[in-house]
Amino acid sequence: MWVDLIVTVIKVLVVSTVLLTGVPIMVWVERRGSAMIQDRLGPNRVGPMGLLQPVVDAVKLMTKEDLTPEGVTGTNRFLYLLAPAIALVVAVSTFIVVPFGYDPGLELFGHAIGGFVVAPDLDLGILYLFAVGSLGVYALVLAGWGSNNKYSLLGGIRASAQMISYELAMVISVVGVLMVTGSFSLDDVVLHQAGTWFGFIPKWNVIPQLIGAITFMVAVFAETNRLPFDMVEAEAELVVGYHTEYSSMRFASFFMAEYINMITASSLIVVLFFGGWTLPGIATPGGWLGALATIGIFAAKVAFFLWFFVWVRWTLPRFRFDQLMALGWKWMIPLAVLNFLWVGVAMALGYL
Amino acid sequence: MEFLTAHFVEIMFYTLAALTVASAVGVVAFRNPVHSAISLLASFLFVAALFVMRHAEFLAAVQVLVYAGGIMVLFLFVIMLVNVKRLDPEQVFLSGKAPAAVAAGVLLGALIAFGYLAGSLGPVGPGPEALRMVDGAVAGNTEAVGWLLYRQYLVPFEVVSVVLLVAMIGAIIFGRRDAGLEEGGGRMEQ
Amino acid sequence: MTVSSTESPTQRPPLADPFPEGSVAAVEQAADGHTVLTVDRSHLLDVLRRLREKPELACDLLADVCGVDYPDREQRFDVVYHLGSLEHGHRFRVKVPLGEDDPVVPSAVGIWKAADWFEREAFDMFGIRFQGHPDLRRILTHEAFHGHPLRKDYDPSQRWLLTEKDTMAPRWATEDQPDDEHMDTVVLNLGPSHPATHGTLRTVVRLDGEHIVKAECEIGYLHRCFEKMSETHGWQQVIPYTDRLNYCSSMINGVGFALTVEKMLGIEAPPRAQVVRVILSELSRIMDHAVCLGANLVDLGALTNFWYFFQIREEIYGLLEKCAGGRLTVSYARIGGLAHDVPADFEDEVRKLLDSIPKFLDDVETLVTTNRIFRDRTEGVGVISGEEALAWGWTGPCLRASGIPYDVRKAHPYMGYENYDFEVPVATTGDTYARYLVRMEEMRQSLRIVRQALDNLPDGPVITDDHHVALPPKEKVYTEMESLIWHFKLIFEGIPVPAGEAYGFTEGANGELGYYVVSDGGGKPHRIKVRPPCFAIYQAFPKILEGLMIPDAIAILGSLNIIAGELDR
Repeated sequence: MWVDLIVTVIKVLVVSTVLLTGVPIMVWVERRGSAMIQDRLGPNRVGPMGLLQPVVDAVKLMTKEDLTPEGVTGTNRFLYLLAPAIALVVAVSTFIVVPFGYDPGLELFGHAIGGFVVAPDLDLGILYLFAVGSLGVYALVLAGWGSNNKYSLLGGIRASAQMISYELAMVISVVGVLMVTGSFSLDDVVLHQAGTWFGFIPKWNVIPQLIGAITFMVAVFAETNRLPFDMVEAEAELVVGYHTEYSSMRFASFFMAEYINMITASSLIVVLFFGGWTLPGIATPGGWLGALATIGIFAAKVAFFLWFFVWVRWTLPRFRFDQLMALGWKWMIPLAVLNFLWVGVAMALGYL
Repeated sequence: MEFLTAHFVEIMFYTLAALTVASAVGVVAFRNPVHSAISLLASFLFVAALFVMRHAEFLAAVQVLVYAGGIMVLFLFVIMLVNVKRLDPEQVFLSGKAPAAVAAGVLLGALIAFGYLAGSLGPVGPGPEALRMVDGAVAGNTEAVGWLLYRQYLVPFEVVSVVLLVAMIGAIIFGRRDAGLEEGGGRMEQ
Repeated sequence: MTVSSTESPTQRPPLADPFPEGSVAAVEQAADGHTVLTVDRSHLLDVLRRLREKPELACDLLADVCGVDYPDREQRFDVVYHLGSLEHGHRFRVKVPLGEDDPVVPSAVGIWKAADWFEREAFDMFGIRFQGHPDLRRILTHEAFHGHPLRKDYDPSQRWLLTEKDTMAPRWATEDQPDDEHMDTVVLNLGPSHPATHGTLRTVVRLDGEHIVKAECEIGYLHRCFEKMSETHGWQQVIPYTDRLNYCSSMINGVGFALTVEKMLGIEAPPRAQVVRVILSELSRIMDHAVCLGANLVDLGALTNFWYFFQIREEIYGLLEKCAGGRLTVSYARIGGLAHDVPADFEDEVRKLLDSIPKFLDDVETLVTTNRIFRDRTEGVGVISGEEALAWGWTGPCLRASGIPYDVRKAHPYMGYENYDFEVPVATTGDTYARYLVRMEEMRQSLRIVRQALDNLPDGPVITDDHHVALPPKEKVYTEMESLIWHFKLIFEGIPVPAGEAYGFTEGANGELGYYVVSDGGGKPHRIKVRPPCFAIYQAFPKILEGLMIPDAIAILGSLNIIAGELDR
């Protein structure tokens, strides 16, 4: 009983530490990466290669004055204060069902660690993730409403419409994966992708379900509000949308939530479509070393997709809001449906 | 401490139930529609927690995903898009509809009473364990719900989906009627 | 996509008098190529309409409307209209004298839409009232401002308090509108402090959802009455002020002013100065277009292109700094030539630029020109027809994007532009995408001009040796009596610009940049009126917006390249 608890606490601590330190690293990658793309230097003054810049940024954000806009009182003030908390809580708590490595039955303090995932026996896995993730939009909507600012409100309105539209496409595009796997558990999803076809093609879901993978990635971009889907912020149109009126650590909460969401989103792309911690040849190694190797593989794949997020952001312009909605409803959802129809047919014919 | 561990489930249930009712009251008590909507959201989340307590995790997840994450967001979208501040409170809330309210209250009371009586006579339907059983073997809650829906309750399920389809088409027709000026525009209503 | 127009320099209009007997008090051919008509206000509308509609006159461009104050005259004010015909290439100046006690003229808004803001400005600055103007309010100064600042008897030392009640909100914004029962509209201020209003611009919009139902621009946030300040400074001292008009291409402004005054003096800058002016002007044009497109793309979310464009700008600034010492505000042109000669490595530096700039342009073209998202955002957005654009007084790249190949460098060549081989890019669709394409191509054409100019860069002095205008060299001042006297007279009396007036116009980065200069023979300008191209362009902005969405408004605003320094002066 107690050891169970300790193991879980350790896992929670490790995962949240990795997530929260992932944020400054991502900020650094984003700033240096964009500088690289844009033919400039980027932050290079604090620490070697500017690596300590995020630390300084964090100190700055924490020591800044915390302002509440005029006219935000009573219940609205409560909503205004609640919004950044929701953002951060949702961002951190979605990650707990993501399996980030292979557990060949390892023990800690003479007790099974129960898999490299914080909540191993949640057989709802992906469903939990979508359910909790869908609450993240309230952070944006309430921030937009509570700020008493027309630009923020417009951002909040856009957020609500955008999230719903792309959530639909996202969920449908995952259905194919769940059908093949036959389980909601992300552990099973990964294990299903171990092994190869013809001995060299990895059995990753992306290969038979390319359309699903693409729609999922597009939808995930929209869900994390990254360019070209950053309607909700759209600094040129809505100042910065929902978090215009936030300063100091409340602003930082939104900021951190965005990057944690990116990490979760990249992990999901990897787990659902790119074989999770598996590589052709090393699917289920044994021992602590093997387990660490799988975590490394997983991290490398996630890092690639994180870079992909950065890369896309600094390459593409932004959609217009109605074009975004048209893309979501007229292209993404039909394509996602097409994907799961194809998977159904293929399964019925015995190909998958 | 003894009491707490012994009655943990009951305490949790009554706490959550009280919170559910309180936030449901908030929906009608708040003057500002956005606050009402948030209150309704809270009520949904508490109901989801109650589902979890009955081991209906799938239902809980769907409750959050569909109601909290989907429908309430749409509610908020519409409320925020339409500036409702101008409507007088008297107009928004019940006036002259007291008989209907009383009738609804009586019906609700009857329903609760029936549930209570039926419960005291014996178990109503299968217990929570049944929500994990498939063909007599233990499986996940999701699978169990799936088996129930697509085997035992297939006809009601299909009927409900047809009703929903009809409702959706009706909504679209109503929506299109005064949407002439939005042709080709990027309006967000679906 | 490109056509070149080969119109000859300013032509004399047909002299057969098309006006009814007695309506025009005087006709005169001015030295600046304009036909000057003096008209009594009772005949004004008739004359203007004939100028616009008679096929042999066809003045389709109303370049400018302004007031001039002659306090010593019996009829104290002149209202001056500058008209041009794109078809015939001729130019008219119509002057209407008005008395102080009754400064009223009929409004020309019904003939040219462009008259709208120009007349408001004349009202604001001189108190001249335009009868029949739909919305005659102050435009550059605050609504609660007292008096008319460009009148010669205005006391600039007055001070008073403006209260918040007096902020300029359009009437419709505060009115309660009757709505249909379930849709309400919201009034939103885009600006004056908004990420997409580069500079201080303010557009008040009424929104239905995200659709703009009604819009109105408020300008004047950067107004510093440059024209008034010029009246208290010597001729050469005006040049630093011109830098602050369109500060993205300050060189062009200074050159334009210098050319106008040189026209009045009847002198020309030495050939080397002319060619250096062309090179730096064209580089400034590239810079201006780069800033415009870069900012436009940032507003569309494509930040990376902004940095590519700013790299171009940075390199040109490096060159300008070497030449002039300044970067943003160069103050390099002088009446009669240039402040000093270019550095020895000028040619190498420019050649380096000629190599590096196309690379950045190619990068941007790869990223943007065929990008689906970019095209969806810009194609068919903010369309204006050529006819409409001209009626609003549009010139420059924005007009050419609507299919009208009017470029001052081709239509009325100056500084030897007729000797360079270049094309005037024209697009036909008149949308934001067309404006992007035209600007991209113009940058490449400017590079062509620079290359040709550099190949033919003559040696010699860079400032005229007419010492009425330019200071003699310092060592001569120390050694020769005559030079000392020149020096003394220039410093104490200023440049003896003969009494008279001239309208000089050049192709600024945004379009026709005109200077209407009046001299009374003293050492200072009597009146300088700038015809800022984006003033005319911006006044059509609210009309384009109606029915579009906020993101469209942002995309269009960026493509029009409104520079507050030039807009508000």
